Amino acid sequence: MSESLRDMFFAECEDLLDALSEGLARMGEGTQDGETVNAIFRAVHSIKGAAGAFGLEAIVGFAHSYETVLDRVRSGELEPDAETLRTIIRSSDVLSDLVDAARNDRDDTPEAMGPLLEALTALSAASAHAAPARPAGEAAVFEPMAAMPIAILPIEGQEARFAIDFTPERSLFDNGHDPARLLKALGALGRLDLLCDTAAIPVLGTFDPEEPFLSWRMVLEGDIAEGEIRNVFSFVEGLCRLSVIRLDDDAPAPFDVCAEAPRIAAEEAKPDPVPVPPMPGPDDPGEPGATAARSTPSASAPPPSAAPPAGANSAARPTLRVDPERVDRLINTVGELIINQAVISQRLAALGAEPNSEIMGDLDDYRHLARDIQEGVMAIRAQPVKPLFQRMGRIIREASEALGKDVVMVTEGEGTEVDKTVVERLADPLTHMVRNAVDHGIESIADRRAAGKPDQGTVRLLAAHRSGHVHIEISDDGGGLHRERIFQTAVDKGLIPPDAKLTESEIDNLLFLPGFSTASKISKLSGRGVGMDVVKTAITSLGGRVTIASRPGAGSTFSITLPLTLAVLDGMIVTVAGQTMVLPLHSILETIRPNTRDVRPLGAEGHVLSIRGSYVPIISLAHVLGLSDEPFDPQSCIFVLIRTEGSSPVSLAVDSISDQRQVVIKSLEGNYGTIPGISAATILGDGKIALIVDTDTVVVLAAQNPSIQMFRNKDESHEHLAALG
Amino acid sequence: MSTSPRWDESEIIEFVSLVAGGQSYCLEITQIREIRRWSSVTPLPYSERSVLGVMNLRGAVIPIIDLSEKLSLGPTDPTERHVIIVVANKDRTIGLLVDSVSEILTVKGEAIRETPNVKGESSIKAISGLLSIEEEMSRVIDLGALLPGHQDEAA
Repeated sequence: MSESLRDMFFAECEDLLDALSEGLARMGEGTQDGETVNAIFRAVHSIKGAAGAFGLEAIVGFAHSYETVLDRVRSGELEPDAETLRTIIRSSDVLSDLVDAARNDRDDTPEAMGPLLEALTALSAASAHAAPARPAGEAAVFEPMAAMPIAILPIEGQEARFAIDFTPERSLFDNGHDPARLLKALGALGRLDLLCDTAAIPVLGTFDPEEPFLSWRMVLEGDIAEGEIRNVFSFVEGLCRLSVIRLDDDAPAPFDVCAEAPRIAAEEAKPDPVPVPPMPGPDDPGEPGATAARSTPSASAPPPSAAPPAGANSAARPTLRVDPERVDRLINTVGELIINQAVISQRLAALGAEPNSEIMGDLDDYRHLARDIQEGVMAIRAQPVKPLFQRMGRIIREASEALGKDVVMVTEGEGTEVDKTVVERLADPLTHMVRNAVDHGIESIADRRAAGKPDQGTVRLLAAHRSGHVHIEISDDGGGLHRERIFQTAVDKGLIPPDAKLTESEIDNLLFLPGFSTASKISKLSGRGVGMDVVKTAITSLGGRVTIASRPGAGSTFSITLPLTLAVLDGMIVTVAGQTMVLPLHSILETIRPNTRDVRPLGAEGHVLSIRGSYVPIISLAHVLGLSDEPFDPQSCIFVLIRTEGSSPVSLAVDSISDQRQVVIKSLEGNYGTIPGISAATILGDGKIALIVDTDTVVVLAAQNPSIQMFRNKDESHEHLAALG
Repeated sequence: MSTSPRWDESEIIEFVSLVAGGQSYCLEITQIREIRRWSSVTPLPYSERSVLGVMNLRGAVIPIIDLSEKLSLGPTDPTERHVIIVVANKDRTIGLLVDSVSEILTVKGEAIRETPNVKGESSIKAISGLLSIEEEMSRVIDLGALLPGHQDEAA
């Protein structure tokens, strides 16, 4: 099977799994309606169908058992209690694992699959009508849908009559279905009497050739189960209005097929294709006879599509699937456009154009337009955090189950949109924090009772846009941070001296130190050798910050602040040893032009800056980056005070500060590689490249080699850095 | 001297010949994206000596490498007369600073000689074959060997 088809299948699967977990979340909240269950069923059913086409038997087998249970829930046979719901939700996790395994060409089965299959089988076997669930892996060949065993099998030798009303909606045709095929399939099940209702067809003047106007009323008789009929329509669910009612033997047919015109009856034995127009087109606006069936002018009869679609709440908005690379190219080009505008502006100014002249005004419009385009393009990359939060729901479920805790997830602002890359790269740190919240944050049920809290713990995930940033909060209503224990651990691990005097927030921030792990016993869950420092690194690499707030007994809150996009950055343009460089604005506290006496030497080569009574170490950016071989002269410098990973700020010495503006980030890694102290590059208004300084690593570089600022010889510094490796 | 095993004997290959560090080299034409004049670059901290810096190629940031220095022939002092050959190597785009570009050569695979082993010369690893052009010898550059992957260079 071709790779692109496979890719498409997995992309589809992802969407379907998203729809599945969305529906399940709604079921979990108890806010579902009939359509929710239908949507869930459809998702599983579609995954099964597509997986079958690719011969992914493990998925087909599991999805089949799963779908059988869902079908019973859907038909109202099975009222899902908490236990059933848990099985259903866990099954979606396993299904997604199976899809994942298939994508990576692994054929291992998730641990939870065996017990779940049993539970599913038990649930589907609870009814006498239920078909035995197929064990995973047994389904050797994919069978076409119509031949799939279904939940309700026909009862031997029992004739049944069904009244079926079928009204296709426009989306049915949009998706390439043909009612004639469906009707033919029905005809194959038994004796079919059928009436095409043409009353909705409008007069020619108001006729919209793309709207469907026909509906069908049918009576189907034979040795048939309702499920078989529904199965025929399984692929057009949500795309039509359908009612299937079982008629009592002596009940009159809902319509007299013979009396009404036009009469279109299916032949008794093997019916020919039902002779109805598959789709009203401009060339057949209904047969002439159809007019007779219309008692009133159709103006009063609303076309079927005017009715709200059955699955309005769950029907996916039409979306566009685009290769992200194309969007990135567009973003790049728009970035160029903005740089180009800056170049033109500089050129015009150099030519002596007045700032308030017409041409400059036009250029200003140009700039606004370019910004608008940029924002629009950025919006393409923006994604709601909802899928990310839903994934966290699973983590919480698994973690609380493993730990025997009862934890519920509450989310807020899940529609908040964030750059795609940010969403992707947040998954790991967020997983870690959410696990921590369940493991270390929420107390055991006994402890919660003792503290007078409800048994069920809550982990809240919140996302919001705040002043040009994305704000994400993970909070729990657990016991809060044990500051004494954190302090003691840090002392034990030699991270701080035992007599250190730390504020509460400084103690909280010890969590982020590398090599710190609070759990006194390493639990299976969170004790995976990665600490909060990894979380912090991941978030810092996204240009974000993370902070902790905690109240003993009331819980902890981790707040993450992230830039809206990774494509642009607010920066301060500085000059360093004749080079233009960019300092990220989010790390700058203030800029200082010191008095001579504010700069004091410390040691043979070091300097400190005195600000408001405290001394801050000075780092010469030019020397750390090996750009200057002149001796460091603090008197000619301007200092930029930056916040650092640790607690105390550091001042970076630069030659001058020229501007503050948004710059387009250009990665260096693609064509070159990583450079210590530099996070990326940007292109300035004059077309020249300026490097964006990674302030955190600059501080680390300087700390690793304090004498670095005094290197006279560029080559010598290179050797040193090579040694630092 | 045997034929270089890299090419089929009957294969027709086009090379662009160039001068770097006073020696004649050539690059397969399919690897070359464009040729442009030298313009000043932004130096990179902690880079190898041969990496002159980065320049803006229509919005892309590409590193510029002094080919002469890279081949251990000593640094080039770039002027307006120097030329940058933009090459694509795997998924990366890189500019090579050379003294000049001479001509396009069309040769048959059998004309390319294998590079003999010369003791103590590590830079010849980046030369995949030798060509004779009118009594002169031109060295065929192996871009893959000259510019190894990300891992090697980031270190």
